[in-house]
Amino acid sequence: MVIGVITLTFVLLRLAPGDPAERLLGPTATAAQLAVVRHSLELDRPLPAQYGHWLASAARGNFGTSIATGQPVGRMLARAWPATVRLVGISLILSYLLGVVLGAIQAHHGGTSTDTALSVASVTLLAMPGYWLGLMLVMLFTYELRWLPAFGAAGLDADFLPPGAQLVDALRHLALPLATLTLIGVGGAARFVRGAMLDVAGQPFVLVARAKGIGTRQVTRRHVLRNALVPVVTLLGLSLPALFSGAVFVEAIFAWPGVGLVLVQAVQARDYPVVMAATTVSAMLVVAGNLLAELLVAWVDPRAR
Amino acid sequence: MTPARLWRDGRARISLVVLAAAVLAAVLAPLLSSSDPAAQLDVIGTRFVAPLALDRHGVFHLLGTDRFGRDVWTRLIYGARISLSVGVLAAGISAAIGLLVGAAAGVWRGRVAAVLLGVTDFALALPRVVLLLLLAALWQPSAVLVVVVLAATGWMPVARLVHGEVRTLVGRAFVEGSLALGARRRRVLLRHIVPNTLTPVIVSAALGVGNAILLEAGLSFLGLGVQPPAPSWGNMIASGRDTLVNAPWVAAAPGVALVLVVLACTLLGDALRDALDPTRGPRGA
Repeated sequence: MVIGVITLTFVLLRLAPGDPAERLLGPTATAAQLAVVRHSLELDRPLPAQYGHWLASAARGNFGTSIATGQPVGRMLARAWPATVRLVGISLILSYLLGVVLGAIQAHHGGTSTDTALSVASVTLLAMPGYWLGLMLVMLFTYELRWLPAFGAAGLDADFLPPGAQLVDALRHLALPLATLTLIGVGGAARFVRGAMLDVAGQPFVLVARAKGIGTRQVTRRHVLRNALVPVVTLLGLSLPALFSGAVFVEAIFAWPGVGLVLVQAVQARDYPVVMAATTVSAMLVVAGNLLAELLVAWVDPRAR
Repeated sequence: MTPARLWRDGRARISLVVLAAAVLAAVLAPLLSSSDPAAQLDVIGTRFVAPLALDRHGVFHLLGTDRFGRDVWTRLIYGARISLSVGVLAAGISAAIGLLVGAAAGVWRGRVAAVLLGVTDFALALPRVVLLLLLAALWQPSAVLVVVVLAATGWMPVARLVHGEVRTLVGRAFVEGSLALGARRRRVLLRHIVPNTLTPVIVSAALGVGNAILLEAGLSFLGLGVQPPAPSWGNMIASGRDTLVNAPWVAAAPGVALVLVVLACTLLGDALRDALDPTRGPRGA
């Protein structure tokens, strides 16, 4: 899977018009200068050789040097990926917790006005583009109320603050990106939980539980919700790529120093080594997340062990 | 039968009205506004006019003006042309590709199916935006490129869906019956199997239009889609981002339009699914 991503990215990037050497040197460069830069970037070697070389050094943790910034790509991404995992991980947990609660409330009151109102709310959230929701939150909380910072993961003075204040600063910076990403996720999760619970609620064993005289609340909580959680946890793994997609925009909006921001900037600068590495890292994160989700399914559902 | 059933659904009525209004506004854009969406005349005199106000020359601006003095309403309805057509085209093409791949993988088992499904699952597991960014960054940004890129990254769920449907249909009695009557495989596929898979394809295409519009705007927002000065909802939000403090309406207006249209697509998809599927109730699970 990861190898497939690497190969695809590599082929696509080299097929593309636009020469990083020309971009680096600008329009005034002479042919000789271009040749020297191409040679030093190893762009003049045959494609299979470039590919093999990249794979071999990537396996050793060396992703090359960024063409645009001159920094080692490995270090750029090593700094970036924990920020992305933090943002995506927390928002995944939060949006599913909220989604399960909202979906359960909806399924419990199926067909009533509460259900309809929450349905409208969740579909609206689902339709909202993350970058726009982010901007609106910035407008409200940063410009109007002046409560929360809108950019980056830490204030300029963070290094000089005592540890407690540093944590508060980090949390304040996390608030808006996290809220944006979570709000987008909640809609889909709630919709799915509601559907899964209504599916389970129609099954005979629920009827039996009711017939035994168990209270509606108890039936919803103990019988319906627990059984509906299995497909929900499966979806959690499947929704990771989409959530990561959302994170790319959210990181770009809030200048959150994660893989998504690195990727967007690298794509705009045609910085091949960084694009390659960032794509690889995002594929790896998604694969790792899917693995976690499968383990979680086995934990929730004894039949899947 | 079905249109009447669809119209009885409140969600469908609302979303069809919203979509019809958006399409009409896009088609009739030159009639609904007298100014040019890209013209910059008296920039200093007419920039940042608030919504529902007159500028210095006595011209009324329904949704205000942006930092170049361009009328936001005009740009919104001209942008609708791009957003809607990109969305519909991209979703249509991906549905067609998905139908083709899914049907092929469902009928020809063995190696063909394995390869097709392998490619589908591989592409499905990638974050779509990462793929989009990669593809969009390779060539000169344009509306056509956005359609191609969105279509190329959007067909996988449809293929999976169609594949599953085809596999269950192949074992059904009416398919075996027509094969037993001597019908060719191709005829069975085109006349009996594909029409029966169309319901989920139509539903997912309706949802896909909304998604494609969102992603088009996203790409344009990042500067990789429709290029300014041509208006698109995405690049309008992007330009409004810089003037969030003194002219919040520039970013707010296209965002609201985007949410309304995508919401309408989603609701229409839901309503279509319920109306086309006789086993589901009107408010089915």
